[in-house]
Amino acid sequence: MNASAEFVLHLADNALILGQRNAEWCGHGPILEEDLALANNSLDLIGQARLLYQHVAELRDDGSTEDSLAYFRDQQDFLNFTLLELPHSTALAPSARAERDYAITITRNFLFSAYMLLVWEQLQHHADAQLAAIAVKSLKEVKYHLQHAADWLVRFGDGTEESHARAQAAIDFLMPYTQEFWSEWPSAQAVLGDTTVLLSAWQTTVHEVLTQAGLQLPPSDGYVTQGRAGIHTEHMSYLLAEMQSLARQHPGATW
Amino acid sequence: MNLAVPQASSLEALPDGPLDLPAPAHADFAAWQLLESVCDPEIPVVSLREIGVLRAVNRQPQGLQIIITPTYNGCPAMEQMQDDVRRCLQQAGMQASVITRLSPAWSSDWITDEAKAKLLAYGIAPPHSKPADDGQNRIRLVQKRAPVQVACPQCGSVETTETSHFGSTACKAMYKCLACMEPFDYFKPY
Repeated sequence: MNASAEFVLHLADNALILGQRNAEWCGHGPILEEDLALANNSLDLIGQARLLYQHVAELRDDGSTEDSLAYFRDQQDFLNFTLLELPHSTALAPSARAERDYAITITRNFLFSAYMLLVWEQLQHHADAQLAAIAVKSLKEVKYHLQHAADWLVRFGDGTEESHARAQAAIDFLMPYTQEFWSEWPSAQAVLGDTTVLLSAWQTTVHEVLTQAGLQLPPSDGYVTQGRAGIHTEHMSYLLAEMQSLARQHPGATW
Repeated sequence: MNLAVPQASSLEALPDGPLDLPAPAHADFAAWQLLESVCDPEIPVVSLREIGVLRAVNRQPQGLQIIITPTYNGCPAMEQMQDDVRRCLQQAGMQASVITRLSPAWSSDWITDEAKAKLLAYGIAPPHSKPADDGQNRIRLVQKRAPVQVACPQCGSVETTETSHFGSTACKAMYKCLACMEPFDYFKPY
């Protein structure tokens, strides 16, 4: 697979995996409005994933389709950031089976949307016309996602003692995973070019919102995850099992 | 997910704005007029042309080629719209293929004035025009956004408040009128 097909596949996997994760809130949102917001967010992401997979299929021209890419690849073939596959369970939870924590959901959406805003801005001028067209449309959507997540992060940080503590725990827990956004990867470089400008813009956004929220910026250091290289956490296979089992049990099923 | 695939072919420039129904003398007037009956399934009072989803009717050797564009990427109504367009023309004896194009990207500014009036009558506050993009503050994460006055479609009061930026479909936000206390949808500028 050439560098640009690989990077577009990575973008597609990012969108699908976070879309699947956020859809877990459907019917379980903390309030009705947030249930709808997260369902909308997932719908946008899964819509982006479909367009990106279709484009990957065109670029590869090897008979793959959006369905085969989403439902019939295994864990090691997915190139999403590790951050996006993590469950919503609280940062302080003893296990992934613990209760979902909205602070994790919101903080992850914030960190990732702030990154994707910059990526889509960059890609809207890309020489690949279809990728550019997807970027222009996705940019409109990610603005809503970022605004939504930032509004809630400020409300959590600036809210009650408990919401503040949970938001701080979430950002402390998730921040190290964002190193993967910026670690060296030739496929990303081939499509995005030099990402140091993006990094500095992203840090400004993160800093600005955390300051407003009264949250401390934790260090982002330690182990650099490698979901992008197909090396995933134990959470990924459970997510894929839930997402893919129907398609695999009934290949070609329609309704 | 195994439905019609959006395609990037046909690179002729598409219009970037609202479309009027062509004059009766237009070669494809019959097709355009037939398609006036095809609506967005989630907003059954405005036609695909009026809402900006129908972009072009092209003549090809094997029949008509209809170009539509999605509002939001994940809009689940797209396949339904493709089917409805194809069926509408087939029933009138016209062979048509329907393809989806992403560029130029749909904007709520493409909704015609007539359609905005129909939305209002249907109980959906129509979208404001999008503010000109000045390149500055493209997203205001920290500063409060300037409040937008959205008039209640029931009583006309501008004493309204947004209860949720996300509503029953991707294109709408939920509002509440503080005068008549009725909830309503606002079609988001996009």
